[in-house]
Amino acid sequence: MTARDEILARLRTALADNPPPVQVPRRYRRVDDRADLIGTLVDRLEDYRAVVHHGIDALPRLLSEVDRLAVPTDVPAEWLAGYAGQLHRDAPPLSPAALDALDAVLTGCAVAVADTGTIILDAGPAQGRRALTLVPDRHICVVRTDQVVGLLPEALTRLDPRAPQTWISGPSATSDIELNRVEGVHGPRRLEVVLIGLGT
Amino acid sequence: MNPPATPATGSGRIRTPLPFPTAAKPAVADTQLRANLHRATRTIRAKRARVVDEVPDWEALRDAGSAIKADVQRRLPELLEQFEASATAAGATVHWARDAAEACRIVVALTQAAGADEVVKVKSMATQEIELNEALEAAGIAAYETDLAELIVQLGEDTPSHILVPAIHYNRGQIREIFQRRMADAPTDLSDEPAALAEAARAHLRRRFLSARVAVSGANFAVADSGTLVVVESEGNGRMCLTLPETLISVVGVEKLLPTFTDLEVFLQLLPRSSTGERMNPYTSMWTGVTPDDGPQTVHIVLVDNGRSAVLADPVGRPALSCIRCSACLNVCPVYERAGGHAYGSVYPGPIGAILSPQLTGVADNASLPYASTLCGACYDVCPVKINIPEILVHLRQQAPHPAAERATMRVLSWVMRSPRRWAAALRLARAGAGPLGAYRQRRTGARTLRRLPWPASAWTRSRDLPLPAPQTFRDWWGKQ
Repeated sequence: MTARDEILARLRTALADNPPPVQVPRRYRRVDDRADLIGTLVDRLEDYRAVVHHGIDALPRLLSEVDRLAVPTDVPAEWLAGYAGQLHRDAPPLSPAALDALDAVLTGCAVAVADTGTIILDAGPAQGRRALTLVPDRHICVVRTDQVVGLLPEALTRLDPRAPQTWISGPSATSDIELNRVEGVHGPRRLEVVLIGLGT
Repeated sequence: MNPPATPATGSGRIRTPLPFPTAAKPAVADTQLRANLHRATRTIRAKRARVVDEVPDWEALRDAGSAIKADVQRRLPELLEQFEASATAAGATVHWARDAAEACRIVVALTQAAGADEVVKVKSMATQEIELNEALEAAGIAAYETDLAELIVQLGEDTPSHILVPAIHYNRGQIREIFQRRMADAPTDLSDEPAALAEAARAHLRRRFLSARVAVSGANFAVADSGTLVVVESEGNGRMCLTLPETLISVVGVEKLLPTFTDLEVFLQLLPRSSTGERMNPYTSMWTGVTPDDGPQTVHIVLVDNGRSAVLADPVGRPALSCIRCSACLNVCPVYERAGGHAYGSVYPGPIGAILSPQLTGVADNASLPYASTLCGACYDVCPVKINIPEILVHLRQQAPHPAAERATMRVLSWVMRSPRRWAAALRLARAGAGPLGAYRQRRTGARTLRRLPWPASAWTRSRDLPLPAPQTFRDWWGKQ
């Protein structure tokens, strides 16, 4: 008997009491009724020490501090308008060591959840592969206001489980020393969010 | 009767080598440990309470979480088959392990097949349970823990004492001392500021992350309908391990399943608020098999029984498999706060450990653990999936082996208490017998109690006083009014 068959047989034997079917009560909130989702998102992002900027006009100023910038291959050209530093497109894919030598990465996202201050990347448009947003020490992430939802259940309906996902809530942090939160461990130590409206 | 199909108990670091009271004794006497635990658990309790209070539908989320897990247990065999099919279709290779030794053999063989002599590890209770690091080391493979607390424990040659924060028993000064002693590249002027300690860990592990070829992880959730694995973390060490190496091996207990991807909407709200007391943990990673040109291109999943089938076989104890390893029950437990995690012996300490470990091993092998509780019920109140821990504790106490003298005493007591007439007579007798003694103790010590009884009753008075009968019962007093 293979381990697989044996484990499945053990589990079937264990359920010999034939437990009754379970009706899952889903009385929790599926849609957020808060009026100011963007305000909530900003509040939650800043609570976890992310820095929030408003409008695409903030980008040139932010990028002017960055000497070596990584971007996914499909980054929108208007995000880079006027950028004078070294631009490193992820094609061919940058090695981990090459990424480690860069100052920042600029990407978009798939969804942002206001309630928890979470930005979700799913390797979709303007996001690139996972290593890109992991190794550089500073992540500049552009969030369009139409990508903002209130609650987690609203975000999940927009996501495809087959896509690799990274959910980001503030910069890298740890609570391992006396249960107090400190920012800045292995992931990017600086997270900057640029909120832009539709059509910009 | 087909013996192999019998639910089987597990092995690994889930047995207490010493009875809980014996193991707890030095811990309770260690004032530094008591201070560290008190400070840490008080901090986390306050944080949890704050972020749970702001969720208006918290109870509805708990109800859903509890029901989803009960449904998973009821349908576990079919959901595992579905998970295997989905993950395999997405490019993962699924392995099955009956027990700890088999799981370790599989991971060692996969690491060797990848041609690696070292692995980077994401914090994982399952790999601690099966004692994977020891098995890798025996095969000449170095395992590097990358979670800060696991790194502290590994460098200190210690064992985890908490599910979420394995180094909770150390304060910042002790952590600095371990880093200075065991971390070759630690700065000579390292301070005990948490930020400086985190920075030292970052520098220490950076090169290892960028060059690692094999990573070993656990998983917080395994989604049956999509074949997705989920890892919830804070530091980014998880992302490093799950993204950069060529080969990823994930060791997953069979109980970690969720039926659908949508079910994550419940658990990713319950888990972070219950564990670290955050609205959301900094990083959550999800992967489904292999994504071409993104992340590990060889993905293995090892599904582990190691006693879980035995837990499933007990309809009363079964909900212990609902546990999502948040640690909220540890942080509120008055026994855990005083005894610390090591006293429980198993990698699963605290209230959840007191019900899970004895069920994984069989109660006879962990008979003291169901008694490592006051049955106050705080654990049940905070449990995000509503595991009725006190009820299961009492159930396991009934199964635990009891000494012959205790069994005989209980049989007699049960006979006496079954009849009001016998009970009243016994009390009259006890009052008459203990009357002068009670009065004497009252004069001497100010309380009608005995501190020490002779053997074998000394087992009872080792950690409690024996109250002597009151001079007058309430019924007698009432009758005279």
